[in-house]
Amino acid sequence: MISFSEIKKSFFVSLWFMFLTFPIMVIRVNTIENIVEWRWKNMVFVGVGSFLLSFVWRYLIKRKEYGLKKAEEGEEMRISFVRRILQEKKFYVPGLIAVGIFLLAFPLIFSLYQTNIMVSALIFVMLGLGLNIVVGLAGLLDLGYVAFYAVGAYSYALLNYHFHLSFWIALPIGGAMGTLLGVLLGFPVLRLRGDYLAIVTLGFGEIIRLILENWNELSFGPSGISNIPRPSFFGMDLSVHGSMIFIYYIMIVLCLFTIFVVNRLQDSRIGRAWIALREDEVACQAMGIDKAKTKLTAFALGATWAGMAGVMFAAKTTFINPASFTVWESIIILCIVVLGGMGSVLGVIIGALILILLPEYLRAFSEYRMLAFGIVLVVMMIFRPGGIVSDVRRFYRFEGAGGKSGDG
Amino acid sequence: MLKVADIHTFYGNIEALKGVSIEISEGEIITLIGANGAGKSTTLMSICGITPPRSGEITFMDQPITNMKPDKIVSLGICQVPEGRRIFPYLTVTENLDMGAFLRKDKSEIKKDMEYIFELFPILAERRHQAGGTLSGGEQQMLAISRALMARPRLLLMDEPSLGLAPLIVKQIFEIIKKINTENNTTIFLVEQNANLALQVAHRGYVMENGRIVLSDEAGRLLSNEDIRKAYLGESI
Repeated sequence: MISFSEIKKSFFVSLWFMFLTFPIMVIRVNTIENIVEWRWKNMVFVGVGSFLLSFVWRYLIKRKEYGLKKAEEGEEMRISFVRRILQEKKFYVPGLIAVGIFLLAFPLIFSLYQTNIMVSALIFVMLGLGLNIVVGLAGLLDLGYVAFYAVGAYSYALLNYHFHLSFWIALPIGGAMGTLLGVLLGFPVLRLRGDYLAIVTLGFGEIIRLILENWNELSFGPSGISNIPRPSFFGMDLSVHGSMIFIYYIMIVLCLFTIFVVNRLQDSRIGRAWIALREDEVACQAMGIDKAKTKLTAFALGATWAGMAGVMFAAKTTFINPASFTVWESIIILCIVVLGGMGSVLGVIIGALILILLPEYLRAFSEYRMLAFGIVLVVMMIFRPGGIVSDVRRFYRFEGAGGKSGDG
Repeated sequence: MLKVADIHTFYGNIEALKGVSIEISEGEIITLIGANGAGKSTTLMSICGITPPRSGEITFMDQPITNMKPDKIVSLGICQVPEGRRIFPYLTVTENLDMGAFLRKDKSEIKKDMEYIFELFPILAERRHQAGGTLSGGEQQMLAISRALMARPRLLLMDEPSLGLAPLIVKQIFEIIKKINTENNTTIFLVEQNANLALQVAHRGYVMENGRIVLSDEAGRLLSNEDIRKAYLGESI
């Protein structure tokens, strides 16, 4: 399956790259001694490197096409490795227990720093799962998701500053504020979809950030709010170390709660309505699904998790300012959902852990972080467009008299 | 059963329906024929509440439904087979059917209806685990009709069920339409370009031109009407 023409194509690619990079890679003008250095060695590196990369690229694409063809011929559903593990009880039950024990013991084994990173990752797991409702299930591209996150964080910070409300009261209030804002954003965008919706939500996210940055009387502007108390443990104030561990466990519980709710939502009537909305709006209306209500609940429920995650974030960092809630955060959350697999809970969790933890552990290569990030996204979209764990949807089985039962 | 009285529907400033009145009684198959852009689909959309009329009145079973929301109208028993089929491409056949029963809660009845549909369209039973988008055009149309039937409509609105299908499949679809009408006593309102076939299955027909109803009569008489034959049945006289 590797033909001569493939090699020829790769060869031309490498020639082209050598030509393109010639001015910067080969020529170096030394302005002090007024001489021109010719670094021909670099050209050889570029040539060999681009040839190999192009060749591997072509090979992988070929293989993917071949795989698709084979899947069509076989007519059997290709079950991925991950999915097979998920379906086999004897694999996933011990796996789940192991992961559970690891998660519970994590802050006791590892240092404060590690726990801290893990808490950040868990916050993003929550955000990812929340956005997954909006983007993955209901198919509404939301680029301003971070606004709800910001609102949650600020509602805790401000409520605490003005009224000394504790974390435990602020957590549901933050969630409710998120819901409220989700509905508020939902109304004007009811008629929009696709790119238009993305632009409007992007604008909305920026509006919230700009308000926080400029409305000094309300939000203390760019200087932010500091000294936000960490959650107290039954009225006791804990040490920095102790409270971080406590926050970690709260996050675990919240994540489990989120997973539970999202799972239940997926199988509910409203979940089915979201999926129908994602697939076809007109047909969805013809089936008697209330489009407005369905869209609003998607926005509202998605935003609720962001609001709660925001409260957690404020409690964890004890300091917030608008710089934590830029478009970039929205993009990262969206990447988590897309990379992990739209509509799949496990995928989003894995996506969040990868995207948040890897950059932390690879701090040595932090200069190349964005480069690697971009490459990973491009490669993923070409070779696994469904995400790491593509949506494992429930299929309704219908066996004549046996009746219909959902399992999968 | 359904009474449309002098409705005017607008798209922005453009008046698409200029006073349309239609009456449908229970158990009938009514067809609405006309050229492209005459306002047939708009009439249907107005009845469904997706593009509500600006003036005029629509009543269903003596209940005004003029400005009701689409989902409320569906819950009253008016279900639509949208133009161009519009099945859910990534859901399986069974899931598509299940969506049709979205407003219903009687699980055992839904199951029965699904079995009935698999009897009506055996090909769908064969493909029940296949994604809707992988079906052929004819199968998709069958699925769209079945999905609408899952809502147990009293009035079934169909928008161009023959669109883009081979003549043989079209014939099959029309036979099914007739069968649904006689077996379940479902009233059917059929919007069609294929006037010849539509008038053959329908009891009565309306002819539409430029947003107005220009003619209404028994289907048989419309079929033999000279003007109709010339304009819509492609006969040169």
